[in-house]
Amino acid sequence: MKELLSGNEAIARGAYEAGLHVATAYPGTPSTEILENISKYKEIYCEWSTNEKVALEVAGGASFAGARVLTAMKHVGLNVAADPLFSLSYIGATGGFVIVSADDPGMHSSQNEQDNRQYGRSAKIPVLEPSDSQEAKDFVGIALDISEKYDTPVLLRITTRLAHSKSRVKLKDRVEVPLKEYVKDFKKRVILPANARVRHVDVEKRLRDLKEFSEHFEFNRIEEGTGDFALIASGVSYQYAKESFPDAPILKISMSYPLPENMIREFTSKYKKIYVVEENDPFIENQIKAMGIDNIHGKDTIPQIGELNQYIVKKSILNEENDEHFSVDTNIPPRPPALCPGCPHTSIFHTLHKYKYIVTGDIGCYTLGALPPLNAMDTCVDMGASITNGFGMEIALSKQNDERKVVSVIGDSTFFHSGITGLIDMIYNNAKGTVIILDNRITAMTGHQDNPGTGKTLMGDDAPIIDIEALVKSMGIKHVYKIDNYNLKETEEVIKREVERDELSVIIATRPCALLKSNPKIATYEVAPDKCIGCKLCIGLGCPAISFVDNKSIIEPTLCFGCSVCAQVCPTNAITIKGE
Amino acid sequence: MAVKSILLCGVGGQGILLASDIISDVLMVNNFDVKKSEVHGMSQRGGAVVSTVRFGDKVYSPITGIGDVDYILAFERLEALRNLDKLKKDGIILVNDYRINPLPVATAVMEYPDNILETIKKTVPNVVTINAFDMAKGLGNIKVMNTIMIGRLAKTIDLPKEIWLQVIKRRVPAKAIDINIKAFEKAYNL
Ligand SMILES: Cc1ncc(C[n+]2csc(CCOP(=O)(O)OP(=O)(O)O)c2C)c(N)n1
Ligand code: SF4
Ligand code: SF4
Repeated sequence: MKELLSGNEAIARGAYEAGLHVATAYPGTPSTEILENISKYKEIYCEWSTNEKVALEVAGGASFAGARVLTAMKHVGLNVAADPLFSLSYIGATGGFVIVSADDPGMHSSQNEQDNRQYGRSAKIPVLEPSDSQEAKDFVGIALDISEKYDTPVLLRITTRLAHSKSRVKLKDRVEVPLKEYVKDFKKRVILPANARVRHVDVEKRLRDLKEFSEHFEFNRIEEGTGDFALIASGVSYQYAKESFPDAPILKISMSYPLPENMIREFTSKYKKIYVVEENDPFIENQIKAMGIDNIHGKDTIPQIGELNQYIVKKSILNEENDEHFSVDTNIPPRPPALCPGCPHTSIFHTLHKYKYIVTGDIGCYTLGALPPLNAMDTCVDMGASITNGFGMEIALSKQNDERKVVSVIGDSTFFHSGITGLIDMIYNNAKGTVIILDNRITAMTGHQDNPGTGKTLMGDDAPIIDIEALVKSMGIKHVYKIDNYNLKETEEVIKREVERDELSVIIATRPCALLKSNPKIATYEVAPDKCIGCKLCIGLGCPAISFVDNKSIIEPTLCFGCSVCAQVCPTNAITIKGE
Repeated sequence: MAVKSILLCGVGGQGILLASDIISDVLMVNNFDVKKSEVHGMSQRGGAVVSTVRFGDKVYSPITGIGDVDYILAFERLEALRNLDKLKKDGIILVNDYRINPLPVATAVMEYPDNILETIKKTVPNVVTINAFDMAKGLGNIKVMNTIMIGRLAKTIDLPKEIWLQVIKRRVPAKAIDINIKAFEKAYNL
């Protein structure tokens, strides 16, 4: 039977069919749906881990003890998990061990375009690149087999386009694979220098063996063809290459590290000109050039920046334009994402904007507080950096007697992920700043996943709720205050007071995300047109329920959540609950 | 059959991804090779949403581009305008006569273009407009706007009607089957 599955759904299915026992992940677009779908299979233990390093280590431990494991993350997640990645490469795999890295060419929802195939090469582990959902599914089982046979973690590298596009997949039944008995192996798993030196020799031999495997791997294949040039392509770029030049000879690379060198030598010797079609870095191209092969083109012709598609590939290689299309001469306003009506983050950024504090931000829905009309964020770097960047700025500002105040703003999931260690640094080093934790009780940005503060696990079990207030108090912070985001007066007073205070304080903003099912609409507000003076103060909140039409604000009743914040900023009390 | 493509566009929350799933399933049941793609990272936050479906005997790439789409199904006027350049010269665009203000318009920083439908009709030969909002409201649930759009597309694409009905029944929540079937029929019989 065939089903239409996304790449992520297919990976989950592949894990199920291949007898996977344990799956771990921290959410991150475009990888999130892998674990969400795995959680439907009761045979597999799965969890939302606190962060990607934790996810990789839990998976590593389960592999030590004989389970087949998969861990999934967005590309930047592997930066967080890079430390165990390199050690686990030396240690190898007992139960099959797959690491899925979901890269994001085109940066649909990320901060950079890093190419994680480079991690495979640096960590000396094999890299597989599926080109559609069928391969995404099948490669999970293949990766687990390779992992067990060659004693190595395997990197399954996908991209946004593969993760989020659907194609036909033939399903199979699950094959149960028994867990392997745990046997202590000091020389392998205790990565002391003396042991690691021996393991490094094994790792280099493993790479040579894997190269041999790559030569005969059936998914590295030559498709004969005709024409003036030939193509080499991997991942979803293979589809773009085929779509552009269906008749050209093509070498489809499915294992991009280590490469099948002999196969490549043979293929490239037959044609005058060969184009390597791959997204992001010239990863395959440079390896081929390092073999001394020089009839290769790649990034000199096809862009390195952004996502590819069949049009770009064709245009780059043929150097021709074909862009006949309709066009209209109208200024089309953009439609950027916005904080939801009733979003608890709104009043916080409204306040931070009002007092013109320096705000070090972090990653989540609340990053939208950086955009107009709130404009209340100075920095956003990586998960957890709001706290540490804020502390760094505090140090540098105080050295030049700059009195400006810095406020760090971080979400609950991000705080658990990597805010806690930064806060400990602030406490330890006598910091004086202010940290606001936006405890909306969910990991919202990535589509509402549970986290250590929500009381539920990915498997649907009840879980203890980490009490953020008790946690930060127990670390020794004297000034810890909870605020209700919908009480604007209290929010402003507490933030102002704590920012002025010459000691470290933590403010926990407690309203849950307005999209949670457990959090129904409160009321519907309306604007009395005769009282509205057109001052636009409510418009400054950026609530999508409020529009400014004919010099008056109006509220769309179906969108209003009833948070009351607009009513609280209105200077003429023109906004009230409908019908009151 | 040579590959054809459908592009659905609109605003987060309009049910576009479910609609493109239904269309893809229908095509698959009709024995086409199908690839569907979507960009939905920000859909929850009211951003623009685009989903594309390509079908034929053999489909390689899941995405479409400028001047290469056979059918555009636009759930909102401004998004119709934004995606107009994707339409083939002989392609058909179905536009829902419905407006959702983007944030720069709501905050009075920019203006929502006037007369979008007239502009599109002046530019493109094959335009079908539909008032899915009023039709959905008439049925008592504005959420079925997406099924109305599907029904209008089904009238345009020559595929057996039973398959559309069968897939809709399978895809929508059990308690919403009746109203979705009514919505489909209403648009199919326009
Ligand atoms: C290292 C890393 N992992 C994952 C992500 C993806 N990501 C972006 S925001 C976010 C969740 C933020 O949740 P929270 O801090 O609770 O804020 P909310 O969205 O709920 O406001 C995640 C997981 C990322 N950007 N970087
Ligand atoms: S999903 Fe929740 S946290 Fe995110 S913008 Fe909407 S209300 Fe705010
Ligand atoms: S009360 Fe005001 S700010 Fe809150 S959701 Fe309704 S319109 Fe938006």
